[in-house]
Amino acid sequence: MGEKSNITSIFANFQQYLTDEQDLREEIRVIVRELEQSAREILTHIQTVHQPEGIKDVSTVCEQTVSMFEQIRQGMTNLAVKIPENQYYRYNDQWRFVMQRLAFLSAYLTYLQDESMISIQQVAQIIGVKVVRTEGFHIDLEDYLMGLLQLASELSRLAVNSVTAGDYGRPIRIAKFVGEMDSGFRLLNLKNDSLRKRFDGLKYDLKKVEEVVYDLTIRGLKPAD
Amino acid sequence: MGAAILYCAYYAIFVLTRVTQSIMSDRKKRNRGHEKKSQKTDLEEDSTADQQPAVDETSPVIQMFRSFQQQLDSKHDKHERIVKLSRDITIESKRTIFMLHRFKDVTTSASLLEQAESKLVELEGSKFKQVAKEIQGTDPFMFLRAYSAGLQEYIEALTFLFFLKNNHLISLEDVQKRLTFTDTPPVDDSQSEGASQAPVETDSTADQSNPSELKALTVWVPTSEYVLGIADLTGEMMRRAINSVGDGDLTRPFEICTFLQEMESGYSGLTNCNREVNRKLTVLRQSLRKVENACYTLRVRGSEIPKHMLVDMISKSSGAAQFIEELGVDED
Repeated sequence: MGEKSNITSIFANFQQYLTDEQDLREEIRVIVRELEQSAREILTHIQTVHQPEGIKDVSTVCEQTVSMFEQIRQGMTNLAVKIPENQYYRYNDQWRFVMQRLAFLSAYLTYLQDESMISIQQVAQIIGVKVVRTEGFHIDLEDYLMGLLQLASELSRLAVNSVTAGDYGRPIRIAKFVGEMDSGFRLLNLKNDSLRKRFDGLKYDLKKVEEVVYDLTIRGLKPAD
Repeated sequence: MGAAILYCAYYAIFVLTRVTQSIMSDRKKRNRGHEKKSQKTDLEEDSTADQQPAVDETSPVIQMFRSFQQQLDSKHDKHERIVKLSRDITIESKRTIFMLHRFKDVTTSASLLEQAESKLVELEGSKFKQVAKEIQGTDPFMFLRAYSAGLQEYIEALTFLFFLKNNHLISLEDVQKRLTFTDTPPVDDSQSEGASQAPVETDSTADQSNPSELKALTVWVPTSEYVLGIADLTGEMMRRAINSVGDGDLTRPFEICTFLQEMESGYSGLTNCNREVNRKLTVLRQSLRKVENACYTLRVRGSEIPKHMLVDMISKSSGAAQFIEELGVDED
């Protein structure tokens, strides 16, 4: 009876499949860990803007940070090679977190540089990935949006700290920026997923920033434009 | 005459009261509706007054988000459509499995197999083809979760049918072949250059571990889905073993028992598999236990009584139902 060999071969194939997947996952894990490490370094560095002396020379902090992204691009290239074509979403969960973190960091960097909202193309360029799936290893739209939402919380913190450092103009601009982001996100029909949960937190960030602006206005600290 | 007048008067009063009542209740309703509406508009005004200046369509940020809106919406819509198709596939496959449980043996109910076969063929031609069209040009793993339930149920039905027909397990390659459609319609422009290079892949030699080769209209079947599908098959096999005792077939339970034992040893041999497989393995072990106990009972009682009497005892006696219950058949 060929039945026995039939079942055995099926399971042998499956075992092979599992082993290959496991191996690949481990390789990805190593690269992703390096990426996480670099991302943490960038975050630590960029966080210096919250300190009173850091906020005065944002541009030097930015310049230093830009060069740190070189490591990220290298890591992303290594990662892209590992992923077989058309299997991005199979292993997606492994780098999702770091991708969001990197989207946030590049959005933060861009904001500090020229106070503009980063586009997904710019993020892709900074971290060295593609935008469109068919072109290769890409950044998911959801991850990019998640990064923007993280930026909003960070900016609400920056608004508070810049007042402490005596910069009264920045919170006003941040309020405008976060407000615009909020109306942008309101256009999206989000599903009941993690992105939606994060978006629900955006209103608190906005509220916080508006409170800072209110405090400044009521005390006449708002700089005349 | 007097009675008639009296009646008329009563009737008039009755009608009048009804009319006034209805008018009043109408008014009430309308008022309530109005109140609600006015409250709502108040709220809306409040919230808009609260907000930042109304959406500025010329702002680049807003324009950017408009395009995100489109992208997300189309992705969600696609997901919903696939989930719906998957649900239909699940229902239809379940029905096929129920139908196959009525199957006795090839001589008496061959038409049943044909019916089941044609049902599955129709399912492939309609629902699966639609799924294939939906996922064409996307990452095969992107929407896998949306149709995985349907796919597993279908694999279960298909493998069950093939087991009844040929007494062996249909291989993954054959399943994949059934879900690859050769008549490729005009592909959408974003994919056209990729698809035109790859000829329609119909031979089963296509490497299953590499979905990128399957650029034709196909529902890609990952190995993991197939293995989960055949794990479900074992549950059906258990039911079939128990039912066949009721039908008086005393050799089949032993065959099925061997089959399940092989499956069990196959699954236990796997290392580092995911949680879902482990869960199914537990269920598989339970089914195996039931079938093994059934075989044991058959053997023990079979040695005591002549075979034809055993059949009589199990299939015709009033205790048959109880006997089956003892074996723990769950009639869900």
